[in-house]
Amino acid sequence: MAELDTSSGGGHKKGPGVKKQKKLSTRVDLTPMVDLGFLLITFFIFTTSMSQPTAFKLNLPANVTNPNQQNKLNENSALTILLGKDNNVFYYAGQLDPSGKNFKSSNFKDIRQVILDKKNSTDSTFMVIIKPNEQSTYKNVVDILDEMSINMVDRYALVDISLPEDQLIRVTQGEDPATATGTK
Amino acid sequence: MARPKIARKSTTVDMTAMCDVAFLLLTFFILATKFKPSEAVPIDTPKSVASKVAPENDIVMISMDKDGKAYLSTGDGAADKANKAEILNTMNEQNNLGLTDADIKALVAAPFIGVPMSQLSQQAKIPKEQMSAKTLPGIPIQDTAHNEMIKWMRAVHDVYQGQKPNLLLKGDNVAKYPTFKNIITALKDNDLLKFQMVTNPENVPEGSELWKDNMKGKPTAKE
Repeated sequence: MAELDTSSGGGHKKGPGVKKQKKLSTRVDLTPMVDLGFLLITFFIFTTSMSQPTAFKLNLPANVTNPNQQNKLNENSALTILLGKDNNVFYYAGQLDPSGKNFKSSNFKDIRQVILDKKNSTDSTFMVIIKPNEQSTYKNVVDILDEMSINMVDRYALVDISLPEDQLIRVTQGEDPATATGTK
Repeated sequence: MARPKIARKSTTVDMTAMCDVAFLLLTFFILATKFKPSEAVPIDTPKSVASKVAPENDIVMISMDKDGKAYLSTGDGAADKANKAEILNTMNEQNNLGLTDADIKALVAAPFIGVPMSQLSQQAKIPKEQMSAKTLPGIPIQDTAHNEMIKWMRAVHDVYQGQKPNLLLKGDNVAKYPTFKNIITALKDNDLLKFQMVTNPENVPEGSELWKDNMKGKPTAKE
C-alpha cells in the first residue's frame, strides 16, 4: 500500500546534515500603514459635509377671487417691508403716504430692530407684509422670511408689489420710475 | 567601582495599536458618510435659522438655478421613482406629448427634468452624463401664459391625490424674485399650498427674540 509522507520539512529532522533555517521575525513595521490610515481619515474628514441641508416651511394663502373673503387688515398694525435691488430694504408702517414721507430705507442689519420696535408697540394683530420687487433676489426673500422667524412674527404675508411702491423704490435707487413694474 | 549597567532600550514603538485605531476611525468615516451626489445643476442655497432637516423621501423638488431656469426632480427611492413615472405618464396623457414607454423610462432614470414639454422626447435621448445646466434649457416659467410648471404641478397634484408630497424648493442665492414668484403661482394654482425651502443651517443671532426663546428651553413654535 502506498503511503503518503505527511511529515514535511520541520520537526524531526535535526540531523547534522540539515541546515538550520534562520528564524524570520514576524514583526512588520506598521508605520507606513498608520501613515496611510491617517491620510485617508483626513481625506474623508475634509471631503464630507457634516451639515445636512435644512428646510423651512412656507404656507401660501389660497387664491381668493372674491374681495369680501379676503382678510382685512387693520392699518395701524401693519408693517410693510419692500425689497429692492442690491439688498436694499425699504419699509413703512400702516398705509403708504401719497407723498412718500413715511417711506424709509433700511438694510438687512437694521430691519431687525425696526420689526422688533413695531412688534412691541403693536398688539397681537401685528402683521408684516413683504413685497419684493422685480430686482430683488431669492436670497433676499429667504432672508426676510428668516427674519420673521428670528423675531418670532407670527403673521406675515408675501404680497405682490404695487406700482406706486415700486416707483418709490426706483426713485430712491436713482432710477427712472417709468421702469417700475408693480401691479395696478 | 562597579557601575550598574543601564539597559539600552529600543526606540521602536509597536505600531499595531495605533494602526488599529487609525483603521477603526477610517472605517467609521467611510461608513458614516454619504457622498454628495454630483450635481448637474449647481445651486448655492441661502442660509436660514431653520433647524429642521430637509426630508429625503416622498419628495418633489423644484430647483431654480442662478439664471432663473427651473428643473423638476424627485427623490431617489423606489417609491419616488414610481411616482415620477406616474407623473410623466399623467403629463403625457394630459398634454398629448406622444412619449413612448422607452422615453418615459429614460426620463425616470434622468436626474431631473429640465426641458419644455415639447422637447421631452429629445431629453430622453440625451445620455445621463451630459444632462447639465448647460445642455438643458429648463422648464419654461417666464410668465403666466407660458408657465409650464403649472401643468407639471397639476400632474403632481393628480398623482399624489389624498397624500401630500414633500414639496421642496431649492433656489439659488442670486435667482431673481420673479422666477420664484412664478413657481409660487404654479403651486398656488394647483392648491399645493405647503412647501419647504431648502436652506443651509445658520446660527440664531444672539439676543434676538428666537434666541431668547430657545434659551428658555421651550420648543420653538416657528419652523
